[in-house]
Order: sequence, then structure tokens, then C-alpha cells
Amino acid sequence: MSGPSLLQAGKALMVRDLRLLWRRRGDAFQPALFALLVVVLFALALGGEPQALAKVASAVMWVAILLAGLLSLDTLFRGDAEDGSLEQWILAPVPLAWLVAVRVLGHWLTTALPLILATPLLAELLHLPHDQLPVLLASLALGTPLLSLLGAVVAALTVGMRRSGILVALLALPLYVPVLIFGAGSVARSAEGLDAVGALLYLGAGLVLTLVLAPLAAAAAIRIALH
Amino acid sequence: MNPVLLWFHQLGSPPVFDRFAARWAPWCHGIALAVMAVGLWQAFQVPADYQQGDSFRIFYIHVPSAMLSLSIFAVMAAYSAIALIWRIKLCEILAMACAPIGAAFTVITLVTGSIWGKPMWGTWWDWDPRLTTELILLFLYLGVIGLYNAIDDRRTAARAAGFLAIVGVALLPVIKYSVVWWNSLHQGQTISLFGESKMDASMALPFWLMFVGVQFWFAGSLLVRARADNLRREAGKDWVARLVAQP
Amino acid sequence: MSLPPESSQLPLLSARGLAFTRNDEPVFGPLDFVVAAGEALLVQGGNGAGKTTLLRVLAGLLRADAGEVEIDGRKARPDLRARAIAYLGHLPALKADLGALENLEFLCGLHGRRARQLPGDAMGMVGLSGHEDTLARQLSAGQKKRLSLARLWLSPAPLWLLDEPYANLDLDGINLVNRMISAHLREGGAALVTTHGAYAAPPVQTRMLVLERQV
Repeated sequence: MSGPSLLQAGKALMVRDLRLLWRRRGDAFQPALFALLVVVLFALALGGEPQALAKVASAVMWVAILLAGLLSLDTLFRGDAEDGSLEQWILAPVPLAWLVAVRVLGHWLTTALPLILATPLLAELLHLPHDQLPVLLASLALGTPLLSLLGAVVAALTVGMRRSGILVALLALPLYVPVLIFGAGSVARSAEGLDAVGALLYLGAGLVLTLVLAPLAAAAAIRIALH
Repeated sequence: MNPVLLWFHQLGSPPVFDRFAARWAPWCHGIALAVMAVGLWQAFQVPADYQQGDSFRIFYIHVPSAMLSLSIFAVMAAYSAIALIWRIKLCEILAMACAPIGAAFTVITLVTGSIWGKPMWGTWWDWDPRLTTELILLFLYLGVIGLYNAIDDRRTAARAAGFLAIVGVALLPVIKYSVVWWNSLHQGQTISLFGESKMDASMALPFWLMFVGVQFWFAGSLLVRARADNLRREAGKDWVARLVAQP
Repeated sequence: MSLPPESSQLPLLSARGLAFTRNDEPVFGPLDFVVAAGEALLVQGGNGAGKTTLLRVLAGLLRADAGEVEIDGRKARPDLRARAIAYLGHLPALKADLGALENLEFLCGLHGRRARQLPGDAMGMVGLSGHEDTLARQLSAGQKKRLSLARLWLSPAPLWLLDEPYANLDLDGINLVNRMISAHLREGGAALVTTHGAYAAPPVQTRMLVLERQV
């Protein structure tokens, strides 16, 4: 009895996810729109004055993208849980952790990548100093996959529940704290003329570790939640 | 079979645990109150701190609470790990009973930390690395409690919340380290809660008394909560009916 | 439980002392049974007797509280189970926004595909030709069931666990299921079928396992 290889199964899942995204391509803009909304609200609350905004621009960007990611966590597993697809993943001859990893990658490509692409535009609205933009983008490139992976563990734990909304946010936020600190902190350090590389390296190291551990944890969590 | 192992195995049976908890909880609470009373009395005998004056005395409540808030989280994660690997129902109950107690001690730590800091900082709150980490710890506790209450099936709920506790305990050092790093970004260090004062020999006695006292308090409260959860889960069974029927 | 005549071979599936409880209430068990290659085991019982739970335990979605399951004489580890078993449950596991053929292609990519069988041909076999591009959302319950049967047909797994396979199907569909089971058994596969007795049993070598509702 031979089964599909890891690559075959992974490719099938990725193709499926990209097709699904294409069918509902309007939904792909929602996280970016939400981040834009948060940016607008901050600008309104702070009075719109360039000096004031520039000081907090990188922090507001990070919070806006983190919150947008948090909201999109719901779509990670819920659809598959509801129509029975998640069961088939558990029953498949490839490791569940592998399927979870591919799914998180697909989810990141469709929710976080548009956010990163929209960042220069949003940063301009907040008058982010241009020399901070590269560090901001680097921190987001390393940080958003971390947020997706950590978020996957939380999403997996709550997959069996009825709409959980605030609870998912409450569970995920403590796990997000180190990512936010090093992510926003790296830009803050570069703003003060200090070296941002240290913080970025922490993010990178965390990403490597989480890439291995988070799918395993999320797979275990799915089995627990669906029992 | 080894008598100790046998006793552990028997303890897993709900009626046996009920009797055990009912018997020992009052003792734990009693010892805790006695030890803490002596400890607090001693705390007022110790001379006032040369820098912080009498406000330093709250250290004797703050620090044991802080240490306990962290150790309870570790204990909760340990019980959860045992419950997940060996599927022991009693450990699920014990793990979930730890959460509210740990959360309470975290709140005590935050409040006493705030009271302690007010004379020094001039404000009720400072983003001190220790207090900030305690605050995030509180969120972790609330998350575990929230997840446990949100899932209908009790065993799945305990397993999911327990898994979260394990993930939390693994990430806690990372969180602590990141908060310390974050705090070091600030220009101008705020006065840390400990400042110049180191633990002097005369301070040791009340500190250790309080430390032991709160541990007993934790043990007593854990037994009470676990017993209550145990009874609730077994509500339909005969032995519970007999227990309730007794005068 | 009497064994079929050719019992020199190891049974495809054997269960010993299998029991499952939920909230300390027994759902089924302890059960002992075997399923040999080339035969079907019909699991009968009223609503709530634990038929679905039994299948889910055998598939590996739930963990039994007691007992052992062996596949081909070996202990049923998850990867062994996954390769040996194809599970047809209540939920069709179809993505509403994808077409019928796209869904089939994904499920084949996930579970593997029998050699020399193509998704397009399988759709024809279950009577869905012409519906390759119909979105799953637009299929009727019976058509979704047929699509699941197509996926089953393409699966390389020798042991089929079918939970109420006749549900949502018309007479034509019921005959299709029976034909599929017969063909599968002829090729050396085996099947465990649950039914609450309302439909005709498959006309193949069949034994019965009756689950009583635990009070």
C-alpha cells in the first residue's frame, strides 16, 4: 500500500488553498483593509500632526498588522473543521503536522503577505521616517510568519468550539508579546540610531524554532480539540 | 506493588480522593494561617528599611506571592502533562484547580507591587519588567481558565486548557526575556523594586515563614477546589448520593 | 464469532476487547471481532448504539478506552491505519467553493490514488459525468454522496469503513454502493458497513455485528 509523498500531499493542499483563495479573491483584501482602518483611527485620535504620528508610526503599524492577523486566524481551520476536511487530514497517510505547516504557509501567503505589501502605503499615511521602512519590513517579514505559526496553535485548540472571537485573542496575545516586542523594538532601536540586527536575529531564531515546533503543537491540539 | 505507588493509584479513585481532600484541606489552611500570622508579626519586628522605610514591609507579601504565582503555573503545566500522557482524570482536575489560585496570587502580586511602588515611582503603575511579566502571566492564567470554561465536554476542556498551560510554561522564559530586553530599551532606568536592598539575615526569617505559609495555603485551596470539581463531575454516581445523604 | 473458511491468512482487521466511554458512560464494548479480506462486516444497531463511534475509533479519530486493534496482524499504529483504511463518514469533506473534480483531485493528492484509476473516470462510474466543474455548493446531498463514493473508489486502501453509506441515495445509488462493495471485495478488500437496518445488506459474503444500546 503506497501513499502520497510529503511533497505530493503538500502540493495538493497548496493548490487547493490557492484555488479557494481565487474563488473568493475579494476576501484577500480584508486584512489589509482592517489594518488601514486601524491606522486611520490612530491618526484621527492623535490629531493627524506629522511629528506626533512619526514618533509612533512603527509601533502603530505593528499593532495594526498584529490585530489584522489575529482576526484572520478564524479562517485558518474553521472552514475545514466544519465540512469534515480536518478529519480527512487526520486520516491521511502524511503527518498532520506537515499538512498544518503547509496550511499555515498558504494562510500566511494569503493574509499576511498582502499586509506586508501594503505596509509602505500605510507607513506613508503615518509619516514613518523613510529610513525606518526597511527595518520595519524586515521585522514584519520575520514576525508575521511567527504570528501565523503561534496563532495556528491557538486556532487549533479552539477549532471545535462555536464562534470564539475574543477568547482566541485573549489566548493568543500573551504568546504574541515576544514577537511584538522584538518586532516593534527592532524598529525603535534603529530609530535611535542603534543596531537593529540583534532584535531581528532573535526574531529569526524564534522563527526557525517555531517552524519546527508549532506545526507539531498545532497537530496535537487539533487531535485534542476534535476528540 | 510499592506501597507509595499503590497509594497514588488508589488516590485516583474519586471517592478516595474526596475523603483525602476533605481530611487534609482544613489542616493545610490552618497551618498556613498560623505560619503566616507568625511571619507577618516577625515582618513588623524587623527594622525598617533605610531607604524605603516601612513601605518595604509589603515585600513579605509581594515576593512570596510572586514566586508562588510562577510555581503554580509550572505545577499546573506538570499536572496537565501527566493528564495528557497517561490520561489520569484526577490530574486533569488538579491542573484546572490550580488555575484560579494561581491567577489570584498573580493579582495579589500585581496589587502589592503597585502599592509598594507608589512611594518610589509616584504613580500607581510602572512598566517594571517584573510587574509587566506578572501582568502577562495573569493573561495566560485567564486564558487557561477561559478555555476550560468555554468547551462543553469537561475532559476535552481540561485537556485543551492543559495543553495551553504547557505551551504557556514553555514560552514564559521567552516572554520574561523579551520584556527585560524591552525594558532595557528605555533611556533612563526607573528605580527597580529591589533597588539597593539585599536580603539581610534579619529579613530571612519572616520571608521564609511567609513563603512556607503561602505554599500551605495553596495546597489547602487546591484540595478544596479539586474536591469540588471532583464532586461536580461525579454528580450522578452512587457514592456522591450517599455522601450527600449523610447528616 | 465464526471465522470465514479461508482463515489461513491473517485477518485484515481484528479487534479485541474494544471499549469506549464518554463522560464515564459506556458507549460500546468490550467488542471482539475480525474482518478478513474479501468479506464485509455489517454493523447493525439502533440510533445511539455506538455504530458511528465504533467506526471512528477504528479509523483512528478517537482513542479507545480499552482493547486493541490489529491490522494485518500488526498493532494499528497511526501511519499503518492511515494507509490501510478509507473512511466514509457523515460529513462529505468537500469544499463548497471548489468544483467536483477539483475536490476529487485534492482528496486523491491527500490520500493517494489507486494505480490505473483516474478521477474523471471515477466520476463517470458514480454517475456524475458532466458535473466535473459544478461547484460542490451546487450539488445535491445525493450527488455529494456519489462524489464521496468516487473518492472511495479511487482510494488505494484495502479496508473500507462506511458509516451509513446508503444515506441520501436513491435506489440507483444504493445499487451503486452494493456494486462497489462487491467489486472491492472481489479484489481482496474488506468493508465494515454501518446501517440501522433500513436498507438491504450488500449481496456479498457478509457477517453481522449487532450493537446493543448501553443503558
